Amino acid sequence: MATKIMIPTPLRVYTGKQDVVEAEGSTVGELLANMTNQYSELQKHLYGEDGKLRSFVNIYVNDDDIRYLEKEQTPVGPEDTVSIIPSVAGGGSSR
Amino acid sequence: MLMLRGGVQDGIRRHSVDSYPHECCGALIGRGNMVDEALALPNMTEEGPRTRFLIRPIDYQVAERRATENGCELIGFYHSHPDHPARPSEYDLEHAWPTFAYVIVTVDSSRAGAMTSWRLRTDRSAFVEEPISVE
Repeated sequence: MATKIMIPTPLRVYTGKQDVVEAEGSTVGELLANMTNQYSELQKHLYGEDGKLRSFVNIYVNDDDIRYLEKEQTPVGPEDTVSIIPSVAGGGSSR
Repeated sequence: MLMLRGGVQDGIRRHSVDSYPHECCGALIGRGNMVDEALALPNMTEEGPRTRFLIRPIDYQVAERRATENGCELIGFYHSHPDHPARPSEYDLEHAWPTFAYVIVTVDSSRAGAMTSWRLRTDRSAFVEEPISVE
């Protein structure tokens, strides 16, 4: 069975304006990989060129940030809700 | 083109002056390309607020909720550049989200200056500037 993934505003243009999508996977990593297979434009906004999640992309399983769980190895199931929640960062110079 | 409802531009400028010499930040809420509200948010950067800003996930969710409750959308975000031009930096580019309007205002010790708006190219290679219209 599929797991729900909550999509934030800036990415909904790539999911047919849906704020919730579903994908299969037994871990967060599998889930996100299957999601980006379905919605390929999400790949470059979620992952850097090194293949890692960008630092300002926060993934939650229910109310828990995966950084404090098992990161992308965090197990997920159909009873869970996975959320992509942005940080917004920037600054006036590149120093 | 990004349109700012009356009072929004002044609110952003006031926030930038009040926060100087630190960067201020906040959300832009409205419908389509019309910003009805600039919602100030805390700058929680640990990299030095003089040259960096960070809106945490919990504060991002406050903005999303505010937009939804008002029947609006989250259009983008604003921040200030103390003693620095209102142009996006490489750091801004690296951390940008697609589709959002990024408003930047330059500010010094006495006043807020130029205000610009930018959107990320879909290939993430650069920002494209858009004109701002003030109602």
